[in-house]
Amino acid sequence: MSEQDIEEMAHVAISYFDGTQRTAALVDREVPYPDGKLIVSRTDPQGIITHANQAFIDMSGYSEAELIGAKHCILRHPDMPAAAFQDLWDTIGQGNKWHGYVKNLRKDGAYYWVKATVIPNIRNSRLVGYTSVRRKPSRRKIEESEALYQTLLAAECKA
Amino acid sequence: MTYNLTVSPDFAPDHISGWYFFNTWLQRSLDMAIHLELYDSFEAQREAMRAGTFDLIYANPYDASMLVRELGFQAVARPASQADETVIAVNAASAYQTVEDLKPGCRIATTDDPDVHTIGMIMLESADLDSGNTAIKQHSSYVVGAKSLLNDDADVGFFLKAAYDQLSALIRSRMRVLVRSEIGVVHHSLLVGPRMAACIPAIQTALLTMQDNEKGRRVLDSMGVSSWEPMNSEQTEFMIDLIDTLID
Repeated sequence: MSEQDIEEMAHVAISYFDGTQRTAALVDREVPYPDGKLIVSRTDPQGIITHANQAFIDMSGYSEAELIGAKHCILRHPDMPAAAFQDLWDTIGQGNKWHGYVKNLRKDGAYYWVKATVIPNIRNSRLVGYTSVRRKPSRRKIEESEALYQTLLAAECKA
Repeated sequence: MTYNLTVSPDFAPDHISGWYFFNTWLQRSLDMAIHLELYDSFEAQREAMRAGTFDLIYANPYDASMLVRELGFQAVARPASQADETVIAVNAASAYQTVEDLKPGCRIATTDDPDVHTIGMIMLESADLDSGNTAIKQHSSYVVGAKSLLNDDADVGFFLKAAYDQLSALIRSRMRVLVRSEIGVVHHSLLVGPRMAACIPAIQTALLTMQDNEKGRRVLDSMGVSSWEPMNSEQTEFMIDLIDTLID
């Protein structure tokens, strides 16, 4: 984290789906998604991270030990509307694959955009968790998503 | 009873004889008859797989998904330290320096290798390119795809990294890598079908000790494999889940 990051850092309370809250430090700095890499993680059915690949560790800024056992929503950026995650949980809850563009929060307060795909892991007809794979999105898709999420967030704030 | 073995068509041409040596070695190790059948075409091979022709398949990850989930195969081993990665290359004289420089109408030289094509198309998404706004030409081999690039008949070419690395030095000197995947967890594996399921412990034991004797090491060397690593069902399912996320 640079000195400029520290000077420009804002502290924001983030409310999660399960009613918990945390205060996160935010910096308005995008970390570019690396070419050719896939970020891969797995969670248990409750969204607790059970596997993180090296690209996930590198991009999130957390160590593997910090990620394993944490809730996946540790990455949730406050610019992401709750509606996007509601759609995710509704889709995978029905056993379907979910695609979406997500702005993720890094440990250092910066952010990175991904095209995310999440699928339920079914073993012997039983849900054992979820696999999430993230890849590099196009700039046009990021801009479209930013505009959509600002609208959704504004509507959520009014409600 | 004679069992049937086949190998994903994306192995390097230099290793054809290696797979025949492997089949001979495996028959002697297991004391059973196994017939090896090789294909040039992924599609023709996939039809034969679906028809139940094979009992042992050295499969690419895309086919492994179908074999495990639909046909009841089990992965028993994978080559050590050999992840499948994809290279997108351009003509060395091309003006393209990054994927984002590519524009709609981009001409793509590909093959019918399903994993490489899928990963290649995913790596073009950051330029907003997809099958709807590109001109995709499927070639019979990576060498033909490379020639297409060198003749300026294509803007980019998709290659299995191992195949790209085995192109002649002359061909590679006239191409440039635009981007290469670094996925690490997608790889070929050896799968055993239901008719041969009782042989899995013997097959695994034979494969995992193959590098321990001179004869086995020579066969591995001829296949371009250093040794085999075991694969359990959860490792296989994980890879298949990952492949599933990449297929729209």
